[in-house]
Amino acid sequence: MAINAEEVKHVAGLAKLAFSETELQKFTGQMDEIIKMVQQLSEVDTTDVPVTSHVTDAKNVLRPDTAQPGVDRDLLMKNVPDSQDGYIKVPAIIDESGEA
Amino acid sequence: MNFETTIGLEVHVEMKTNSKAFSPAPVKYGSAPNTNTNVVDWGYPGALPTVNKRVIEFGMRAALALHCTVTRDMIFNRKNYFYPDNPKAYQITQSDTPIGRHGWLEIEVDGKKKKVGIEEMHVEEDAGKNTHNPDGYSYVDLNRQGTPLIEIVSKPEISSAEEAYAYLVKLRQVIQFTGISDVKMEEGSMRADVNVSVRPIGADKLGIRTEMKNLNSFEHVRKGAHYESKRQQRVLMAGGKVQQETRRFDEASGETILMRVKEGASDYRYFPEPDLPPVHISDEWLEEVRQSLPEMPENRRARYVNDWGLPEYDAGVLTQTKEMSDFFEAAVAQGADPKLAANWLMGEVNAYLNAKQIDLPETALTPVNLATMIKLIENETISSKIAKKVFKEIITNGSEPKAWVESKGLVQLSDPAVLQPIIDQVLDGNQKSIDDFKNGKDRAIGFLVGQIMKQTHGKANPKVVNKLLIASLKAR
Amino acid sequence: MDYFKQDLASLHDLLVKKEVSVTDLVKETLTTIKERDQKLAAFLTLNEQAALDQAAKLDQQGIDPANILAGIPLAIKDNIVTKNLRTTAASKILENFQPIYDATVMEKLAAQQAVTIGKTNLDEFAMGGSTENSAFQITKNAWDQTKVPGGSSGGSAAAVAGGEVLAALGSDTGGSIRQPAAFNGIVGVKPTYGRVSRYGLIAFASSLDQIGPFTRNVKDNALLLNAISGLDPHDSTSSNQKVPDFAAGLDGNIKNMKIAVPKEYLGEGIAEPVKAAIKQAISTFEKLGATVDEVSLPHSKYGVPVYYIIASSEASSNLQRFDGIRYGYRAQDVKNLEDVYVKSRSEAFGDEVKRRIMLGTFSLSAGTYDAFFKKAAQVRTLICQDFAKVFADYDLILGPTAPTTAFGIGEDIDDPITMYMNDILTIPVNLAGLPGMSLPAGFADGLPIGLQLIANRFAENTMYRAGYAFEQATDFHKEIPAIGGQN
Repeated sequence: MAINAEEVKHVAGLAKLAFSETELQKFTGQMDEIIKMVQQLSEVDTTDVPVTSHVTDAKNVLRPDTAQPGVDRDLLMKNVPDSQDGYIKVPAIIDESGEA
Repeated sequence: MNFETTIGLEVHVEMKTNSKAFSPAPVKYGSAPNTNTNVVDWGYPGALPTVNKRVIEFGMRAALALHCTVTRDMIFNRKNYFYPDNPKAYQITQSDTPIGRHGWLEIEVDGKKKKVGIEEMHVEEDAGKNTHNPDGYSYVDLNRQGTPLIEIVSKPEISSAEEAYAYLVKLRQVIQFTGISDVKMEEGSMRADVNVSVRPIGADKLGIRTEMKNLNSFEHVRKGAHYESKRQQRVLMAGGKVQQETRRFDEASGETILMRVKEGASDYRYFPEPDLPPVHISDEWLEEVRQSLPEMPENRRARYVNDWGLPEYDAGVLTQTKEMSDFFEAAVAQGADPKLAANWLMGEVNAYLNAKQIDLPETALTPVNLATMIKLIENETISSKIAKKVFKEIITNGSEPKAWVESKGLVQLSDPAVLQPIIDQVLDGNQKSIDDFKNGKDRAIGFLVGQIMKQTHGKANPKVVNKLLIASLKAR
Repeated sequence: MDYFKQDLASLHDLLVKKEVSVTDLVKETLTTIKERDQKLAAFLTLNEQAALDQAAKLDQQGIDPANILAGIPLAIKDNIVTKNLRTTAASKILENFQPIYDATVMEKLAAQQAVTIGKTNLDEFAMGGSTENSAFQITKNAWDQTKVPGGSSGGSAAAVAGGEVLAALGSDTGGSIRQPAAFNGIVGVKPTYGRVSRYGLIAFASSLDQIGPFTRNVKDNALLLNAISGLDPHDSTSSNQKVPDFAAGLDGNIKNMKIAVPKEYLGEGIAEPVKAAIKQAISTFEKLGATVDEVSLPHSKYGVPVYYIIASSEASSNLQRFDGIRYGYRAQDVKNLEDVYVKSRSEAFGDEVKRRIMLGTFSLSAGTYDAFFKKAAQVRTLICQDFAKVFADYDLILGPTAPTTAFGIGEDIDDPITMYMNDILTIPVNLAGLPGMSLPAGFADGLPIGLQLIANRFAENTMYRAGYAFEQATDFHKEIPAIGGQN
């Protein structure tokens, strides 16, 4: 399996990243090498081998349903680039040209 | 060509917990924006989720109430997508190990009963709210972020808009009885995604489906599903093809409108949530939750008919909501006659609630007061006429009926020793009525009873008055 | 204060007896840092005023003899959030980020009255093995400023090795404490997964990350781990295992300890001087009365690909929250929401971070999930099983920490694969959630060589006992880099 520039672009779209043409070439090359490297895993027989998603010994770590007051809004807002009337403000999904 | 319709429903129900699913911030409606939030809800760097135990237990309740197999070993998953109301850019959900699978819900349409399969149900967190403003900005309020949800996914076994409606009504009823949610569509605590497809009768493959998302009215689901089924049939009849797309139900026109065509499935990159260790549900825990589960409506309904002799119709009305059903049972437990209690609840109480547009718990009425009032009627302490006054008092002010009746001097006069002198006095002053009676004019009795009632300010027991009056007339 | 002449106990003693005031200690430490950091560039932010204020308070109330860390200046890796003290993860995306809460480890250190002197450099979001991926500066190796300090906790390692502080905290996802400890000739420990709370550690790979201590000797390391360990209700993956006193039982006696050396750890790709130092260490352990056998960890060679898939996948998800909306960098020239996302992230993330986000996103995608993420999670199970088999018979696993000594700055930066292979010896430990330690075991061309000890889950004590015995039997930890003003 190899990866081409089109696929890299698609993945970048999912990850909300954009690359210039030069960057795209470089990333495609590097991604391709990395993917080839990780593909040596295909030689391992994993029939009936369960996945490991956690290495913690913890289980059933559950919190009682007790509410704690919200954190002071001004404090939470401290790092917000743009806000108004207690809301976090972001440019709308659709730009002025009306294109999604 | 004849078609059959296939509908699948994905229903989101907000759980009624104190704190959020994965953070201890409060679950509250109607607060100022971003005041019920903390660093976990905001997805602050370094913040980690913690699981609310009640969310798991509420999930188990819903699973049991809908006859699902409860998954004993669960993990959480991340569903990844960017949106301003989704601060971590992933939603914690259960895609690998939903808490319940393979359940069913029995619905009834036109007298025909049908079991609709439930594919799976899982617990997850709700997103915040993103409000679009014409100024070109969106405004984000994260108060709702992290509110626990249960998503219930039906099998595509619903074959008409009416069945979809019945499914939602029944689902709301069952969920309401489990006590995990208020299931108020208008507050958004219950929302449905509706998938509709049609196929020629006898075709073995389902047709291409369209989806309507986040409908928050049963009526919209019914109308939308109906419209969509007809629209798809028209498309196919005209030789066209149904596209896989998301459509919006337009309230004004009653039509569905294309929002966007789906290009393949969205890639949410689900994977196990590494921040939350697995959850194991032991036999003991499951049993404990099973025991705590309130009796479901169909059981209650059967019990009301079999044990208390109520008509099927009454039993159905009384089990529509848990509040009504609990109230009814409590009143009976306080000694009220079941049929009389049912009549009051279905009659006067419901009329009052409808007129005031409120729910039973918002009134001052208590089961014990209703039971006491019914007993006062039964033992003839008050007349049914006076009872109306008493009812108004106890539902608005919550007064104890017996004490109130006594203090207002509304106790019915049934003692012949008290009534006889009044009757004699009235007869003495109405010789003409006595003559009329003797001449066979029975309606004279009505006039005389009225006079006696007037003298007693309506408190005289009509039955006793009648008896004494006729005897007195005959004696004259 | 010459930190090369002190350890925690001796410095604590000076403070208790008021032979040195905390204020003077903090001032001198700041002076040393400012001077040496012109060469090392270990710190991103100094906590000057707050540290001096705290010092004055401590001087007033006196040092509690029971609080070994009271008044001791510590350096903190800049991916651990510190309330009101800028925390950047060495990323442009968090360049001006002011945390509004303290990481649990910071709360624990505060309870011990330790002084946070500053925040240290790292590879952006801890992704890298050289600290060259910092958006702000390149930290230098304490022994040779043309060499990398290793990474990703290169700043903390260089600060300790360069005598700027006595101890520091780092984080280790695939070797990010042990490898820089090895490259800088100091002691670095990655505790068992779950031993130390991750709450407030800016997540890289949640199933692998652990915070751990850097010190110049084993005992100090154990003392610092004592202070930060334990169950935390804010981190559901933290363990409720009892926290023993890691500094207890350090008596040099490791008779009959059963040590395993995986043959894969001394095979191809390991530099000769490193192999030689490890073989010498083996004979030291044998002289101390331990038995050393060769074993096999057959799946360890798959550690690197497994790691890069799992760590990158988790990272791709963890780093999605950096979207320019609630905190951090927001691109200026934006017309709509998509612009906010794409431009903020593309302008503010560095190349290595982007590479890993891309690999992770790809590995989790619908069409590749089974062949990549799921496959890696299955091979991870086999790697865990390999270790479990060895620990059924042995107390400890021994090997090198890194295949080579510190490499030159700029040498491997454009070759991700070579860079990734540097982690081959440390990665399996994270995949299995085991504790691992690197400690000085020799020199090659003036650069330190690290010995890695790996213990079973929650058996840090075994690791500390063995490390201490080795340290007492050798003199490597006594060597001081030129920047320390001696030699």
